[in-house]
Amino acid sequence: MEIDFKHKQAAHCENGVVANLMTYNGFTVSEPMVFGIGSGLLFSYIPFLKVNHAPVVSYRAMPGIIFTRFAKRVGIKIKREKFSNAQTAKTRLDENLERNNPVGLQVGVFNLPYFPDEYRFHFNAHNMVVYGKKDGSYLISDPVMETVTSLTEKELEKVRFAKGAFAPKGHIYYPTAFPKKLQLEKAIIKGIKHTCRDMLAPVPIVGVKGIRKIAKLIRKWPKSKGIKTANHYLGQIVRMQEEIGTGGGGFRYIYAAFLQEAGKLLENNKLLELSKEMTLIGDEWRDFAVEASRIYKNRSNSEAVDQYDHVATLLEDIANKEEVFFKKLKKAI
Amino acid sequence: MKKNEVPQDKSNLESANFKELCYAIDENGEYTTELSTGWDPKTIALNNAIEAINERISESKQRVKDYKVSPLEYYMELHKMDLPILASYVGIWKWRVKRHFRPAIFKKLNNKTLQKYADVFDITIEELQRTDL
Repeated sequence: MEIDFKHKQAAHCENGVVANLMTYNGFTVSEPMVFGIGSGLLFSYIPFLKVNHAPVVSYRAMPGIIFTRFAKRVGIKIKREKFSNAQTAKTRLDENLERNNPVGLQVGVFNLPYFPDEYRFHFNAHNMVVYGKKDGSYLISDPVMETVTSLTEKELEKVRFAKGAFAPKGHIYYPTAFPKKLQLEKAIIKGIKHTCRDMLAPVPIVGVKGIRKIAKLIRKWPKSKGIKTANHYLGQIVRMQEEIGTGGGGFRYIYAAFLQEAGKLLENNKLLELSKEMTLIGDEWRDFAVEASRIYKNRSNSEAVDQYDHVATLLEDIANKEEVFFKKLKKAI
Repeated sequence: MKKNEVPQDKSNLESANFKELCYAIDENGEYTTELSTGWDPKTIALNNAIEAINERISESKQRVKDYKVSPLEYYMELHKMDLPILASYVGIWKWRVKRHFRPAIFKKLNNKTLQKYADVFDITIEELQRTDL
């Protein structure tokens, strides 16, 4: 069976799945809208956790939480299920497809055959929609892909039961109840307030303070970890910022797109101005990536020590600008 | 970022005919999307990360040949895993997996345990035990 599901490519998988599922159910919302209302924007440094042998920074809220917040704020109910048994997980998915209900799935990337090899890491918070089954293969709408694709039963089971951090455990989710009309206005305000609160949080590893913390660490790395490791760490920061799914500039451009859309909807000119400002901040994140890449271009570049100070300064500059920005944004609504 | 500034550099995405979506502004300052084939700063970062993994793999291979570690460590690196990931795939505590990296301990493992590892790496027990990698 095949459900008539419209695939639209998105920058980020979770927003994309939500936007596509909403469209399927007759409510057109854009990816930036989902991201903004769900308060997706963030910066956080996660100490004690290492991925690919390097520290982890994140430019977005925790996997799954964007949809949860979005649903709560616009008044949708979602059903989520996780499974300990692969067979039950499969049966439940098939039942939903029988009922003509496309479902969102959390999966691991490592065993996704259609991803380029270089991108297959043990990252378990990827999202996709399954919208049908044909000749024993599942029809897949993966929002980061240009077109739809398919996976065999075995392949899908493997990615649904990937192990490690954020193990999906066959996680499926789909909206079950909708309001008559989506009330975006209030939801937008809630979403923005939440993001401002997060970014200005008095926690040393979150938001603006988190950026400053990372800048400080970057200054220390060449001495404390050696150039090679420092370069590896710096490369990972840029990868988290620019890798597939961020829409560029560590989600700052998607957020600017959201502010523009929200400004028009709420007829709030201040938001339109702030959207422009966020775009410029996004550009500065891109500049940081360019400067950082000059350092790690040569993996054991020993002349780079003072360049670390330079990129750290760029980050501190961004932190200052974001601090001013989110204070203004808080007042603008 | 302006729409015409969205980078179109060569990258590893090309081989898979894969383009990613970026958000950018058009000439009127309106937000829109544009596909990108890749961007050098992140391609370099990705390539470095892969190079680092390959180094880890070849270093581990050497350790296996020198009988310093069991082949388990090599296969873990080959599958881009680390200890917590491997432990959760086989369903064995981390400290036990770590112990199994010791050649002497690895030699004494029973078939049931070996099979668990072999399944994770999608190879046979015989392949798993080979040290001439």
